[in-house]
Amino acid sequence: MSTSQTTSQTTSDRTFSQERGPYFGAFGGRFVPEALVAALDEIEAAHTAAMSDPGYLAELAELHRTYTGRPSILTEVPRFAAHAGGARVILKREDLNHTGSHKINNVLGQALLTRRMGKERIIAETGAGQHGVATATAAALMGLECTIYMGEEDTRRQALNVARMRLLGAQVVPVTAGSRTLKDAVNEAFRDWVASVDTTHYAFGTVAGPHPFPVLVRDLQRIVGIEARQQVLDLTGRLPDAVAACVGGGSNAIGIFHAFLDDPSVALHGYEAGGDGLASGRHAAPISAGSTGVFQGARQFVMQDEDGQTVESHSISAGLDYPGVGPEHSWLAASGRAQYHPVTDAQAMEAFRLLCRTEGIIPAIESSHALAGALDLGKELGPDAVVLVSLSGRGDKDVDTAARWFGLVSDADLVASEAERVAEAPQDTEGSGW
Amino acid sequence: MSALETPARVGTAAAAIDRATAEGRAALVAYLPVGFPDVDGSIEAAKAAVAGGADVVELGLPYSDPTMDGATIQRATEVCLTNRTRPADVLRAVEAVAATGAAVLVMTYWPPIDRYGVDRWAADLANAGGAGLITPDLIPDEAGAWLAASDAHDLERVFLVAPSSTDARLATTAAACRGFVYAASLMGVTGTRASVGAGAADLVRRTRAAGAERVCVGLGVSTPAQATEVAGYADGVIVGSAFVQRLLDADSTTAGVKAVGELAEALAAGVRARS
Repeated sequence: MSTSQTTSQTTSDRTFSQERGPYFGAFGGRFVPEALVAALDEIEAAHTAAMSDPGYLAELAELHRTYTGRPSILTEVPRFAAHAGGARVILKREDLNHTGSHKINNVLGQALLTRRMGKERIIAETGAGQHGVATATAAALMGLECTIYMGEEDTRRQALNVARMRLLGAQVVPVTAGSRTLKDAVNEAFRDWVASVDTTHYAFGTVAGPHPFPVLVRDLQRIVGIEARQQVLDLTGRLPDAVAACVGGGSNAIGIFHAFLDDPSVALHGYEAGGDGLASGRHAAPISAGSTGVFQGARQFVMQDEDGQTVESHSISAGLDYPGVGPEHSWLAASGRAQYHPVTDAQAMEAFRLLCRTEGIIPAIESSHALAGALDLGKELGPDAVVLVSLSGRGDKDVDTAARWFGLVSDADLVASEAERVAEAPQDTEGSGW
Repeated sequence: MSALETPARVGTAAAAIDRATAEGRAALVAYLPVGFPDVDGSIEAAKAAVAGGADVVELGLPYSDPTMDGATIQRATEVCLTNRTRPADVLRAVEAVAATGAAVLVMTYWPPIDRYGVDRWAADLANAGGAGLITPDLIPDEAGAWLAASDAHDLERVFLVAPSSTDARLATTAAACRGFVYAASLMGVTGTRASVGAGAADLVRRTRAAGAERVCVGLGVSTPAQATEVAGYADGVIVGSAFVQRLLDADSTTAGVKAVGELAEALAAGVRARS
């Protein structure tokens, strides 16, 4: 794994955690149609007011406690850590949240904002389906109409989550444009939003997009790091030496990084999807192998060609298969505060297998990228080190992908399963009558 | 002759609209994406639109993630990108269409211009005879580099306003525009619709009150009757998807170009029939 090469920036006069956009250094902004500016202003105002409103904060905290299951626990994984040079490896268990990932933290906050803004409909994009499932869940809980945009390729890869969303009452719209993955789902959600902004809130799923989404989602995910920082102090009596998290758009990584941004002794490591390897060109690693540009509403690192066209990304993980990354991550990379590294599909799947076999935990493939990073970090930092890993989701949705990867089902079974799935797949986009 | 060697442009959108106003009508503005069905075909289609009566041509520089575009222009854009249409192709098209005497604007999302280099783009566009640029995803707040480059190269810059724009934003946008202000007739993406947004006339009124000298209306305008209606309150009528649909429906480039010309003639009659 190679360390990403980024431009260094003087940051000694800054307190990293205090940045609130619209720019993080040279990154961020609002590159959007004028039609959305009023809505973005409205969200920014609602979010700012909510974050200082004890009523909103209390309601969100109560939902975290009684619905999501917060605080999520820490789990130390010594048998896994034996493969990481003997360093202590500690997992922050966002996989134990209701709906199975960190995504619920963001969505509950945005669903409450939706209600406060007097809107009755919520839309979202989803890649692996975790954000879509979380949004459909919050919509059901709060009585909001819900539409989820999902690339057609991802609906195939993550059929189980499509079924979940429909069970929860959401309309799932397969997007057939472009590469038929997450970025195209984002485009389609924006198109919906331009036409429906009076009644609809777009619950953006990650710390990307136009201002204020990177700040809004960050503020709602930073609970992960706030909890983890205190929990590690309680468990070990000190701060971790390193924090590791996977990075697609970047919401779980910012969530756990943020509480440590002003702790210079804590190294922050983000792991991008290296896919088949950077040299292959088939990856989803915009910081490691992209360039700065404008993408889906913000200036950031992005995978683009010489003409500024977005390059198709690839990852075994639908949740990381995104050619951009949030502006705050772009800034942390450029400033050197955090380091970002590519992890190949094969490396991630080996870490996936190892956690299953050594600790009895089936992680999301997204999180497995961070686990692979932790194996390297532990070896690099030595046996006295403490490495904190965000286990951002569980692997239920990825069992099919993993079974195929490891050859745990026969080719005949795969063919029969695929034929059955195609035959039984709902043909409409209006849900199945639930 | 390369784009860099061409003489200065022959017309601006402002001048074309002012000429139309002097004739007691609205200007007709036609959008066509460069590279669809191919670069030469798109140039011929644009020329046909001018021959049919378009006063201003918007040439699209295709972008991989066109969030403001509906299904018709998305389909065309995918063809453009499959054909590997590049900025140099767009500059060649600008040069060819400007040679007809029409004012030629390029309409594109910001990432390709940002990547090309803002000042370099402005210089090359001006040298190709282009009048300026329309930017559907660049608001004046983020347009510092483009404001400077368009000033330096004397280019028109057209920003959009929407029914959701506050009066304060209308004023800011009107002040930043040069050429005209593009008023989106409704909240939505490009595409033909049965009727023009009911709020369009009010948006034009508000935009003028905010200081805009010229306001053209786009999104959803596709028929001569709609052109007549919009020409009743706007300085220009912008038609895009309907032209692209003619090319999509045609069984050959020649037939498509002919259909574009016929639609332009009908729309040109429409903008002259305003009450």
